[in-house]
Amino acid sequence: MKHKEHLIRKYLRPSKKMPTIWCAGCGIGIFMHALVRAIDRAGYGKDDVVMVSGSGCSSRIPIYLDFNTLHTTHGRALTFATGIKLAKPRLKVITIMGDGDAIAIGGNHLIHAAKRNIEIAAFVINNQVYGMTGGQCSPTTAHGTRTTSSPYGNLESAFDISRVVEAAGAAMVGRATVYHTPLLDRLIDMALHKKGFALVEVIAQCVTYSGRWLGLTSPADMMQWQRDNCVRVERAQGLSEEELAGKIVIGVLTNRERPTYNDEYRKLFAEVSKI
Amino acid sequence: METLLLEGNEACVRGALAAGCRFYAGYPITPSTEIMEMMARELPKVGGMFIQMEDESASLGAVMGASLAGLKAMPATSGPGFSVMQEHIGFASMAEVPCVIAHVMRGGPSTGLPTQPSQADVMQAAWGTHGDHPIIVLAASSAYETYELTIKAFNLAERYRTPVILLSDAVVAHTREAVTLVQADMEIEERPQPTVSPEEFLAYGDPGNGVPPMPPFGEGYRYHVTGLCHDVRGFPTTRSDEVDFLLRRLLSKISRDSDRLQWFDCWHENSETMVIAYGCVARAALRAVREARDKGLDVGLMKLKVLWPFMSTTVSNVLENCRRVLVPEMNFGQVSREVERVNQGRCEIFTLNKVDGTAITPPEIVRKLEEMHP
Ligand SMILES: Cc1ncc(C[n+]2csc(CCOP(=O)(O)OP(=O)(O)O)c2C)c(N)n1
Ligand code: SF4
Ligand SMILES: [Mg+2]
Repeated sequence: MKHKEHLIRKYLRPSKKMPTIWCAGCGIGIFMHALVRAIDRAGYGKDDVVMVSGSGCSSRIPIYLDFNTLHTTHGRALTFATGIKLAKPRLKVITIMGDGDAIAIGGNHLIHAAKRNIEIAAFVINNQVYGMTGGQCSPTTAHGTRTTSSPYGNLESAFDISRVVEAAGAAMVGRATVYHTPLLDRLIDMALHKKGFALVEVIAQCVTYSGRWLGLTSPADMMQWQRDNCVRVERAQGLSEEELAGKIVIGVLTNRERPTYNDEYRKLFAEVSKI
Repeated sequence: METLLLEGNEACVRGALAAGCRFYAGYPITPSTEIMEMMARELPKVGGMFIQMEDESASLGAVMGASLAGLKAMPATSGPGFSVMQEHIGFASMAEVPCVIAHVMRGGPSTGLPTQPSQADVMQAAWGTHGDHPIIVLAASSAYETYELTIKAFNLAERYRTPVILLSDAVVAHTREAVTLVQADMEIEERPQPTVSPEEFLAYGDPGNGVPPMPPFGEGYRYHVTGLCHDVRGFPTTRSDEVDFLLRRLLSKISRDSDRLQWFDCWHENSETMVIAYGCVARAALRAVREARDKGLDVGLMKLKVLWPFMSTTVSNVLENCRRVLVPEMNFGQVSREVERVNQGRCEIFTLNKVDGTAITPPEIVRKLEEMHP
C-alpha cells in the first residue's frame, strides 16, 4: 500500500485529471498500474520517457501520467513515435494503442514499425471491441459475436495481433491478460528493455461492451474468463489445433535479436562521413 | 553566394537544408519525388534523418514526432498524397506542431494527371482538413522562389507553431534554371523557448502574441500534446470557455500578424488592367504583360506569393487603382473567387481557366487581355 501511494505521487499527474474516464471495472487501469510499476523498476527519469497513444479508451492512459505525453490520431501513434525515436534516440519511447487502433486503422503502421524494428515498446490493449465508440466489432472480435455493428453476429474471424506482428519482424512479442499480472509484469519489463520493436498484447476486459457481448456482466466474471480461456505458450506447444480452439496463448511468443532502424542509420552515418 | 542550375524540387531541398531542416519522412509520388530522393542523399551528410514511410499519413506523423522532439522537419507530396495527409495537417494545426509540407500540384481529382501541372489544390490547402483552423499557404513560381519560400516557410512554421504549406506545380518543380543561393541575407528563425520554470510553464497558454513557446520532448518540460480540444496545460477539455479560448487563439495568432504576410511582386502597378497570378501561371503572365504592353495595352501584373491567409488588404489596394482584372488559373477559379470577394464590385473581373493538364501560355493570356480591352 505504501509503495502504491509512492507510485501515485510520483507518476500520476496531480492536476485536474481525476477521476479517469474509464468505466468502473475496466481492465485498462490494471494495465496502467502494471506499466507504471515496470517503469519504476526500470528506473527511467520521467523526462526521458515519451508516451504516445492513438485514439480510444486505451489511448487515454498517457493523459494521467507525468511523462512527455502525446495523444495522437486514431491508429497512427506509431508514426509519431517513429519520428521521435529517430530524432532523439536517447528517449524511451512507449506507445499505447487499442485493438482497433493498432490493427484496423493502424494496421499498416503496425506491421511497418515491426518490419523496421524501430526501438519502441508497444502495448496493445485488446478488449476485442471498439470501446470508445460504443461497442462495435473490432478486428479482434470473435466470429459470430453480436455487437452494435454486427447485430446478427460477426461474419469475420479475428486477427491474431501477436502473430501478425511476429511475422512482420518484431524483435519481441508477448501476450498476457490483466488477470495474469505476474506474466504481464514480466512481459512489460522485457518490452521496455528490448533493443528493437517489442509488442505486448494485453487482453483486458471492456466490462461495458465486450462483457455484455460475451454474456458476462461483472468484471470478476470477465477476469475469470481470462483465467479459464488462456493457455501458456509452453503448454500450447504440446496441444493439437482442436485442443487449442478458442484458447488464447499467452507468454513470450518471440524474442530475437535484429538490428534496429537506429542501428542501421548509425552505420549509414559512418559510411556517409567517409565519402 | 553560389549560382547553380536547379529545378524547383532541388531548390526546395536546398532551401530546407539552409533553413535547418534535419528530418524528412516521405512517400514517393510524382511530381514531388525528387525532393524525397535528394533528401535521402543529402540529409545523412549533414547529420539529419531520412525515412521512407508506408504512406503520407505516416510521413506527416513521423515529421510531427521529430518536430516535437526538437527538429525542423518536412514531408513533400502531390495530389493523392496530399489528400492522405489531411487528417494530420489538422493535428499539426490543433496541437501546434511546426512543420513544412511541400505540395507539388498535379492534375486531379483522384490520381488524375500524375505528370502534369495544375493549380486545383489551392482551396484544399486551406480547407482540406476538417474544422476551422489556421494555416499558411505560400506559392512559388520559379526555382529561386521555391528556394526562398522554403526557407521562409520554415521560419513561419517555427514562429507561429503551425503547419505551412508550400505550393508549387509540375512546371515549377521540373524546370531547371539558374538559382543564386542568397542564404546569407535571409534570417533563420528558431522556435521560441520557455523563459519560465517547468512548474510555471503553460504548454498551451497565450504569452501575449498567441504563440506558446515550445520546448522539445525530453528536456525537462513534461507536457501533454493532443488533437482533442485542450486547456492551457494541454489536457482535453469540453468546457466551452476553454474551447472558445483555444480556437480563437489558434486563428488569431496568424490573422493578427497578417501585415507580416504580404508577399507579392508587382509590375506596372497602376495600370488600367491588372493580371493577378501565382505559381507557374505568373511566369507566363509576366511575359504576356510585356507583350501586351508592346501592343499598346495598359496592363500590369501582381504575382502572389502568399495565398492563405489571403492578402485581402493588399489586393484591395491594387484593385482600387485599376478598372479590369484578369485572374488566369489552372483550375475552375479558386483564387479568382477570393479576388471577387475582396473586389466588392469595384472592378470588372475576368478569368482564364485551363484544366487540360497543359500550362497556360503567354499568347493565351495576351489574347484574353485583347478581348478584355474594348
Ligand atoms: C479517423 C478516425 N476514424 C474513427 C474514429 C473514431 N474512433 C475513435 S476510437 C475508435 C475505436 C476505438 O477502439 P479501440 O482502438 O479498440 O480502442 P478502445 O476504445 O477499445 O480502447 C474509433 C473508431 C477516429 N477518432 N478517427
Ligand atoms: S467502454 Fe469498455 S474499454 Fe472503454 S472505459 Fe468502459 S469498460 Fe473500458
Ligand atoms: Mg478495443
